[in-house]
Amino acid sequence: MADPNPARTFNDPEDPIIAATVPDHYSPLLDVDPPAGENSRRPLKGFLVILSGLLLVGLLMALIGKSGPSVSQKTDLTLNAPAESTNISAQFLEPVSRGPSAGVSEKSFRLHSGVRAPFPWSNTMLSWQRTGYHFQPEKNWMNDPNGPMFYGGWYHFFYQYNPDAAVWGNIVWGHAVSKDLIEWLHLPLAMVADHWYDTNGVWTGSATLLSDGQVIMLYTGATNESVQVQNLAYPADLSDPLLVDWVKYPGNPVLVPPPGIDDRDFRDPTTAWYGPDGKWRIAIGSKVNKTGISLVYDTEDFKKYELIEGVLHAVPGTGMWECVDLFPVSLKEDNGLDTSFNGPGVKHVLKASLDDDKNDYYAIGTYSLESGNWTPDNPNLDVGIGLRYDYGKFYASKTFYDQNKQRRILWGWIGETDGESADIKKGWASVQSIPRTVVFDKKTGTNILQWPVEEIKSLRKSCKKFDKLEVGPGSVVTLELEKATQMDITAEFEIDKEALKRIGESDMEYSCSTSGGSAQRGELGPFGLLLLADEGRCEQTPVYFYVAKGTDGQLKTFFCTDESRSSLANDVDKRIFGSTVPVIKGEKLSMRILVDHSIIESFAQGGRTCITSRVYPTKAIYGAAHLYLFNNATSANITASIQTWAMKSAYIRPYSSHAF
Amino acid sequence: MRSSVFLLCVVGLSLTQIQFSSADLVDQTCKQTPNYDLCVKTLRADPRSSKADVTGLALVMVDTIKAKATATLDRINGLLGTTPDPKTKAALSHFVELYDNAVLKADIPSAIEALKKGNPKFAEQGINDAANEADSCDRAFGGASPITSFNRNVSDLSRVASAIIRLLS
Repeated sequence: MADPNPARTFNDPEDPIIAATVPDHYSPLLDVDPPAGENSRRPLKGFLVILSGLLLVGLLMALIGKSGPSVSQKTDLTLNAPAESTNISAQFLEPVSRGPSAGVSEKSFRLHSGVRAPFPWSNTMLSWQRTGYHFQPEKNWMNDPNGPMFYGGWYHFFYQYNPDAAVWGNIVWGHAVSKDLIEWLHLPLAMVADHWYDTNGVWTGSATLLSDGQVIMLYTGATNESVQVQNLAYPADLSDPLLVDWVKYPGNPVLVPPPGIDDRDFRDPTTAWYGPDGKWRIAIGSKVNKTGISLVYDTEDFKKYELIEGVLHAVPGTGMWECVDLFPVSLKEDNGLDTSFNGPGVKHVLKASLDDDKNDYYAIGTYSLESGNWTPDNPNLDVGIGLRYDYGKFYASKTFYDQNKQRRILWGWIGETDGESADIKKGWASVQSIPRTVVFDKKTGTNILQWPVEEIKSLRKSCKKFDKLEVGPGSVVTLELEKATQMDITAEFEIDKEALKRIGESDMEYSCSTSGGSAQRGELGPFGLLLLADEGRCEQTPVYFYVAKGTDGQLKTFFCTDESRSSLANDVDKRIFGSTVPVIKGEKLSMRILVDHSIIESFAQGGRTCITSRVYPTKAIYGAAHLYLFNNATSANITASIQTWAMKSAYIRPYSSHAF
Repeated sequence: MRSSVFLLCVVGLSLTQIQFSSADLVDQTCKQTPNYDLCVKTLRADPRSSKADVTGLALVMVDTIKAKATATLDRINGLLGTTPDPKTKAALSHFVELYDNAVLKADIPSAIEALKKGNPKFAEQGINDAANEADSCDRAFGGASPITSFNRNVSDLSRVASAIIRLLS
């Protein structure tokens, strides 16, 4: 911001001209506290003359304009204005401060000594935040992943995008393609809000690939009256593997909210699966009062639909279900399954994004084509009240079946957790998670496993190994590394057996989010890695395990990420989150962490529990970011084996014909 | 004569009835916010509130925040021109940027669009951010400055707006 008058030495900062012009903008909707009235009285006549003179000048100023130059003009005039009028003008024209000393003079206000000034983000700090290998558009706002699929030899990815600003708004469908889910080419916008049935929003949708080669895209449109409807779109030219152009079905919308469902509770159609009698089925999330539900429709041609009686499933108290997803997982094989697959040896995962708490929940259960219902294996861990895909920042996720490599792949929207003003300054907001394969966890039978796609390994370089490092209680080990801002890390930990035997029972149930984070010491934890830590460790983001004996006498392992000291800035979220992670007897405690500037994705026990974190360090950036190993337990010795790779940046650029 | 007086009374009464039923929505809505008095005062001051649904009331509140943020921005700009202390100047500059680029150019338009297009959760983000920015500005000056009441107004209004927006999901 330009300083209009840096050479000014005038002592009294009170500016009656400013005070006089406030009424032009100030909408007196709120009652103004009556003036304190402790200012000494002035001769009335003199005051009136001065006041009217100032008001006249003020009017002139308002006419000239309110930007920088006029401010300096105002201050120039103040040099001539008598000092004694200032307090009185202030009294009449602005609300008195409600601070402990009423009517505090302009002269004496200063930055409060005990409180830090809000963080002045520099361009260096902000530009560091941009990721090296996560999917994000070149600038502006992104949210939900849409219509992911593999077609024509390319992985296609669409996303909610604001082409105009780094905040939500003017939402259209962005589009990008990739050969390996890691390097991306940005294509032109796939769909914009150009019809009455999506003029208020081209919102989330999913793709269905038909066996005859057709590509069906169903998406939610917000109509000119803000009613949520479902629309059909398809590629203009199926022979174009990049599917650049899209056509909207002239008969749109194909679905409108059914009776009993609110106009604003009907969105995010799923990929279709093959139903009985040769029909296709889709699910759409909604709610009835506070019960989250998923409606199901039958269709033969994706143009005409029939609402199936009842619901796919409902869970009371969970609120609106957004981005519903239903997909099969194999109980025996390691590959993914086509969305229509069903039969023995198969369970179905039902997932919903809960609008009420902005988290993605899943449950494993059984889907019956005959009854059209899905039932959870464990009603105590039903959708919305049980397991989450990710215990950090992760929402609106969506899977697709990758027929190219026979995998089920999960995309998740990772929003910002800094202030919107910083997003605006840096010109972008949000990234996508690294795509994760999803398989049933055969060992526990109760979880799914998520793991970064294999192709991410192509970015690995300069491996470093640290074998069997012994870390005593209360110690930190520096792992010498360059480029600690883009890393792939795997780590295995063992707690010394003696400590495990010694541990007493705890009468308090530990929880990552209510704990003191990595600073809260227990007998068997916390221990793990300090990421994005500067040399003095003023800034650090610990990702750690904490083992404790629960009130039931059983050992429980917690996996947490502690953002509380991730940044010196005070205008970013700094939460501690995580969850328990099941550990099978004989398993070592293992974690994998992808560090990529302002995003950290952590996976425990092969992906049984995942935590995605957004961090915005101010010091631990570029070459000043280091990696440490730590053990803050009071009693246990830890043996750690760690492998780290520096990660190259991924090629994520706009498409040009030269790319080939 | 008497019939016309009677007619007037009927018309007058029915008008007050209309007034009462929409005031009920204002009343009901404001009871679910952290500052009932501020909520009612703000909404009743705007003629749109008498015919508005909850989304409409949220929009009235957001418009009020916009006006108040504009006033705050102008006030800060004014102080910036007259403050000699460089640290204070730096902080004020930061808040100008906050109110101008963040609150007025992004948070508010995004919230208005989200409300009008039926996606209130994104309105909540923007308004919560406005509250946070106003709070951080207030904290920096220790709650005793010429812009304290401006910041607190923006903050209080934002919290009320946020509560109303939450009713929409």
